[in-house]
Amino acid sequence: MAVSSNMALKSSVSLGKTDFMGKTVLRQSAAPASAKPTVSLAVRAAGYEDELVKTAKSIASPGRGILAMDESNATCGLRLASIGLENTEANRQAYRQLLVTTKGLGEYISGAILFEETLYQSTTDGKKMVDALAEENIVPGIKVDKGLVPLAGSNNESWCQGLDGLASRTAAYYKQGARFAKWRTVISIPNGPSELAVTEAAWGLARYAAIAQDNGLVPIVEPEILLDGEHSIDTTLEVAEKVWAKTFYFLAENNVLFEGILLKPSMVTPGASAKVRSTPEEVAKYTLTLLKRRVPPAVPGIMFLSGGQSEVEATLNLNAMNQSPNPWHVSFSYARALQNTVLKTWKGQPENIESAQKALLLRAKANSHAQLGKYSAEGEAEEARKGMFQANYSY
Amino acid sequence: MSIMAMPLSVASKVTLGKSEFAGKGIKSAAPSTRLAKQNVRFAIKAAGYEDELVKTAKSIASPGRGILAIDESNATCGLRLSSIGLENNETNRQAYRELLLETPGLGEYISGTILFEETLYQSTTKGKKMVDVCNEQGIIPGIKVDKGLVSLPGSNNESWCQGLDGLHSRTAAYYKQGARFAKWRTVVSVPNGPSELAIKEAAWGLARYAAICQDNGLVPIVEPEVLLDGEHGIERTAEVAEKVWSTVFSYLAENKLLLEGILLKPSMVTPGNGSKVKATPEEIANYTLTMLKRTVPPAVPGIMFLSGGQSEVEATLNLNAMNQSPNPWHVSFSYARALQNSVLKAWKGQPENVEAAQKALLVRAKANSLAQLGKYSAKGEAEEAKKGLRTCTARAAARKHSKIIPVVSSE
Repeated sequence: MAVSSNMALKSSVSLGKTDFMGKTVLRQSAAPASAKPTVSLAVRAAGYEDELVKTAKSIASPGRGILAMDESNATCGLRLASIGLENTEANRQAYRQLLVTTKGLGEYISGAILFEETLYQSTTDGKKMVDALAEENIVPGIKVDKGLVPLAGSNNESWCQGLDGLASRTAAYYKQGARFAKWRTVISIPNGPSELAVTEAAWGLARYAAIAQDNGLVPIVEPEILLDGEHSIDTTLEVAEKVWAKTFYFLAENNVLFEGILLKPSMVTPGASAKVRSTPEEVAKYTLTLLKRRVPPAVPGIMFLSGGQSEVEATLNLNAMNQSPNPWHVSFSYARALQNTVLKTWKGQPENIESAQKALLLRAKANSHAQLGKYSAEGEAEEARKGMFQANYSY
Repeated sequence: MSIMAMPLSVASKVTLGKSEFAGKGIKSAAPSTRLAKQNVRFAIKAAGYEDELVKTAKSIASPGRGILAIDESNATCGLRLSSIGLENNETNRQAYRELLLETPGLGEYISGTILFEETLYQSTTKGKKMVDVCNEQGIIPGIKVDKGLVSLPGSNNESWCQGLDGLHSRTAAYYKQGARFAKWRTVVSVPNGPSELAIKEAAWGLARYAAICQDNGLVPIVEPEVLLDGEHGIERTAEVAEKVWSTVFSYLAENKLLLEGILLKPSMVTPGNGSKVKATPEEIANYTLTMLKRTVPPAVPGIMFLSGGQSEVEATLNLNAMNQSPNPWHVSFSYARALQNSVLKAWKGQPENVEAAQKALLVRAKANSLAQLGKYSAKGEAEEAKKGLRTCTARAAARKHSKIIPVVSSE
């Protein structure tokens, strides 16, 4: 019996609805009240359960990870500007096309996160971007949050918008071919973080995740603890433990199917301006400790964000985390750490496309090896070692 | 530097939870222990026992071994003794516990034993401390520290577990006497809801108890028993269990528990005992493991199931089914009745039966050891071992003997 298909949705009937003052019984239930507590189950995730589990497993497959290419138009403009290109739809199309038509990419990349524009775009040959990905066995995903805005009542912290209309948007994205979603909120250590900011971040993620699953999309759960700050690695660990405890509690309260989600955490490192740096082994140790303390084994995959680390750093750290078996797939969901060298190689020139795609394959393969714990940094180019941290970075 | 020994924060005093500002440049209302700078925020968790807690928990959660629970209160022990015609006095309780703990070779299958307070301070008839007997066997002594179930006001006839008052000094004293782990059993009743209130109270009590234990060097066993009573199906049990454990872990995190230094004692996920539909060991294993995989982080070293009224063979079969492939945590047993039932019946209080009774204990302990390794077979098990242990008589008797009027019988 497939257990996943029968695990419950609850709260309508019994849990939370039986706070009596006295003995007998009459429950004031808002929801369909049945006389006996035994009839209380509803199917989670509106019937997509099996597909969600299958999609999540496919993304979390050995030797593979996610290519994050969901930069908003504004942020994509920054990338293009860095190589002297104008921020036009044609240029964005050209760049994304370069990425998704890279032959053999699917050997190392299991999923690609797209921005809305790209989800609905086609290549210059008229092939849908999602079809190009599907040909490589890469699952298309979609960024669904609507960005960060100031959080009233906090210490200058942010919250992530995007729940309004999310149900219909995710349904439309599913129709267009997306099979997973992503929502990135942030936590700032120098600003506290306040209890309010942590609660809002975790609750927003949980609500988004439930809505995504309801519409057939595997939610990637991403509370990014920003690198900004002078704090030590111990502080980061403490904050991360708090954030993930809350996140999982709220995910459970929202009846999210854990076998059908993916996580996108930041690694546990010292702050960017901390005096004491850490080795990949230390980062791995602290990060794995965090994960072992907070992530139930039902979660199929943990796909790290790179958050400003250099390409090589991000790969080395991932490799250090895969030196022995983990209870979940531990992999990557990198944007800058996969794209940096690609951009610099392409420079917007058609004649450079092939070498730019080779550069992408090189980084993808390196991270694939890191996922298998078999990566070596020998022979990596200087460019790949350059840090990409930007203070107050916004997508 | 070992990450376990690393000072991890006790924290919330400083930043987390205390910085809810109304505006920009801010002074928070600081409790007295507030530290001036945000980067000086660490106090050592678990008062310095971290390494020992981790070591103890690992030792209990060692392959092929589990816990022998013999922490019956005097009243409940009296039920066991009277079931074989013995009077409930200290001598008989001493004789019985001595029989169990001195079983030769027991430490091959048993890694820890939970004692009642009387036993922790007792000696054998030859004058050897019970805790010394345990240690010589390679069995770590543990201690029941809760003070039983009482009615929970505002609930649907549900219970809550007492015991936090004075727990700090009691656990320190128990540690001094040789205990190295503790146990606290609260219950959740499916037919009674369970109410949100009952779940919260159960989880919060466990979290507070656990933090106090770790502070005094005892590995806390976390036991929210979802009672077997009821007609509900296995899916309802799973639903309730998930909610309970999710809440428990949320509160354990809030109380800054060192998860590498705790053990769990869940009930298996089964249909209610009044349910018309029975479940096979494989179904029970499937539902139970699914529930655990959804709620238990891999940092927890061991999950030691309670038997809760299952027959001796049932409890072993179910455990065996759960160990047919590797798990992210040690999955084992912490059985009382499911280890002791045949022993009592073999002993009958007669000194000449002691050896046979001890052999019976070894038979059950070994069976469960094999089950922990996934290698058990029920062939050749005696009829007695297959009998269910959940009877209305036992519950009625418990109600008669105890001072409170519990919803359910106490262990």
